[in-house]
Amino acid sequence: MADAFDSEAGSLGASPDEVQFRFRDDEVADHGTVTVDAALDQTNATAVRIEPGDDARLLLPFLDRLALIEINFPSFADGRGYSAARILREAGYAGELRAVGDVGVDQLSHMRRCGFDAFAPDTQLDEADAERAFATWENVYQRAADARATIAEKRHEA
Amino acid sequence: MYQYDQYDQAMVDARVAEFRDQARRRLDGSLSEDQFKPLRLMNGLYLQLHAYMLRVAIPYGTLNSRQMTALADIADKYDRGYGHFTTRQNIQYNWIKLEDAADILADLAKVEMHAIQTSGNCIRNISSDHFAGAAADEIADPRPVAELLRQWSSFHPEFTYLPRKFKICVIASEADRAAMRLHDIGIQLIEKDGELGGRIFVGGGMGRTPMIAPEIRSFARMDVLVSYIEACLRVYNRYGRRDNKYKARIKILVHELGAEEYTRQVEEEFAHMLDVGVEPPRAELARISAYFAAPPFTDGPKTVDRSDPDFALWVDRNTHRHKHDSYVSAVISLKPVGGIPGDATGEQMRVMARLAKRYSFDEIRIMHTQNVVLPHVKIEDLPALWSELDEAGLAAPNMDTIEDMIACPGLDYCSLANARSIPLAQRISERFDASGKTGELGELKLKISGCINACGHHHAGHIGILGVDRKGVENYQLSLGGSEAEDVSLAKITGPGFTEDGVIEAVDKVTDVYLAKREGDERFLDTYRRIGMEPFKEALYG
Amino acid sequence: MKILTGNDLKTGAVIWWDGQNWSLYVDCAADVGDAGEEIMAREEALRRVNVPYILEAEATADGVRPAHIKDRIRAIGPTVRADLTLKPQDPEAIDWVI
Repeated sequence: MADAFDSEAGSLGASPDEVQFRFRDDEVADHGTVTVDAALDQTNATAVRIEPGDDARLLLPFLDRLALIEINFPSFADGRGYSAARILREAGYAGELRAVGDVGVDQLSHMRRCGFDAFAPDTQLDEADAERAFATWENVYQRAADARATIAEKRHEA
Repeated sequence: MYQYDQYDQAMVDARVAEFRDQARRRLDGSLSEDQFKPLRLMNGLYLQLHAYMLRVAIPYGTLNSRQMTALADIADKYDRGYGHFTTRQNIQYNWIKLEDAADILADLAKVEMHAIQTSGNCIRNISSDHFAGAAADEIADPRPVAELLRQWSSFHPEFTYLPRKFKICVIASEADRAAMRLHDIGIQLIEKDGELGGRIFVGGGMGRTPMIAPEIRSFARMDVLVSYIEACLRVYNRYGRRDNKYKARIKILVHELGAEEYTRQVEEEFAHMLDVGVEPPRAELARISAYFAAPPFTDGPKTVDRSDPDFALWVDRNTHRHKHDSYVSAVISLKPVGGIPGDATGEQMRVMARLAKRYSFDEIRIMHTQNVVLPHVKIEDLPALWSELDEAGLAAPNMDTIEDMIACPGLDYCSLANARSIPLAQRISERFDASGKTGELGELKLKISGCINACGHHHAGHIGILGVDRKGVENYQLSLGGSEAEDVSLAKITGPGFTEDGVIEAVDKVTDVYLAKREGDERFLDTYRRIGMEPFKEALYG
Repeated sequence: MKILTGNDLKTGAVIWWDGQNWSLYVDCAADVGDAGEEIMAREEALRRVNVPYILEAEATADGVRPAHIKDRIRAIGPTVRADLTLKPQDPEAIDWVI
């Protein structure tokens, strides 16, 4: 499953059918993800999995060859993945950014705002709850990785 | 004060709906307690010693009479007729039911209030000077900046699962009336070359390892302040410790990296943030500031008739100089002798609401010292105000005296506590009132915490008391010499701890040492700083 | 004796396992012996209790007395507000806590 790690084949990561929600038009990325360390060695890696302790900025030189970046949330309470996601989007990463691991309904809207466009939770989520969760905020106070205009910007539209 | 527009209102309404759904899913079992706990904490709902406890936000300690009345209604309808004002300018209710919580949040939303992020590992209520907008020594009202940061920090998608809680304070004077240096981020608004900006301190805090926040940036212009704070938070979110709950605050990160290295990382991230463009439009701070324009002050007498000695004492102790010389800020004491510090009944809240409307341009402030302020009282109205306060049991003339102590709820209310703090506070205030020593001692800030989490700010007490558990029995450590003002310092423990009776005797002894040794108009703190710990230790332990 | 306590999920009230159900009164608390973990897990899964735990207590002439002062305060109420305790008319209730 998602936790299986085979360093030879580099095939950790969620499989396409484990992606429960996706906000992209292209094909679900089906590349075996490798660790950040491995990606720095292998010049042909196209999919990487970031753990909470990894520095996402190490990937900045290689972003245009990556089609998929998974960010693992071993525990939903460890919020480092949100910074990693935003950092990658701020650097211009345009591929699939997938949240995996302990992803619950109540984390979805913030993850989306931080730039995640695919979600492969360890436990399948209730579809209706998830739909509601993604739509929680009609407006937003602060800038994030999504393109949403902030409330302050709307207040002062010319 | 700030008024919600339709955007702000929609946000709190959406939050109520979100929480109502989360509570439903907890009650029907779709969410376990482990999953639900961080969610309910982010709406201020604790599971506490006697029931659920709800902590309602009072942003930078400011509210109006309509809101205070709503707080009274909640106390009466959903709780047991009272609330507790806290050391972060919020209010707590101790007897809440989970099945009522969403309705309470809905009632709060009707009066532009909420319990958003008053707990949890996220950015908490932003605190400020309780005399903001009234104090003669501020360079500007700090609250528009606090409001700007409140909105920025609410539901911030990147900073909702921080290593630990995060507390920000904004002041705008050299005098520190809000314990700014003991916050995770403290901002002092200053002027430089004619521009307004912030002096930024990061890494202060109390708790198990108290630290005074070092200065990280001497000046951040107002138009880049949010970007700078965002950078500070991002570095913390990425590198704050997550391996040990007791080492997870930003003060540990700043301490372990060193202020210089932490600053370097922040400056790098700040430069990046400027590129990204996260700053709100400049016009937004101006829009918010308009809500904090001074009320229509009018000239009047600048003195009062002091022939009633009780009234004169109250004026001397409980009023604070105002920028307009026909006005003062008046402190409503929630520290009646023998009472529970910071508690107010629903009835008392209604009285305060009425008095604010009549005498203070409908504005009320909560102090982090658990008292209440009417910021703009016309001097000529003081006798009438005092008379009404006196009738309601709200006129104890003891601000900044030993009776004006901070006490956390302690073991009577809090599951984290090791010892009770309220009975100690009651006995000390009764004793010093009965002996007449209160007046002799003058300014003396006594702070009592029931456990090492230091919610009673004992590290910053001129006299601090910490409750501990000594083999199942309550025991108390005494410390001296702390200050939360601009002369900030951390108190030092005197030596072995005491029983409850013993620590009350100990407070008597150390204050006797002060009275014997003081020179001129030294406060207790000044005498301690001059003569050191030895004479006090001698008196305590022989 | 070993007894079980927790909070009611809906109301937050402090409750004590009486052998069959959860009671507001510590004097009804049953000695669970070694079965505490099993009972806790079952009752929590049924949502009949929230965040339960096992604690030491003594059976005394005055009833069941939890070993730790914190649990005695949970059993009765705040020592500084006799009127809000489970025994507001009992002048000895607070002494029992201490």
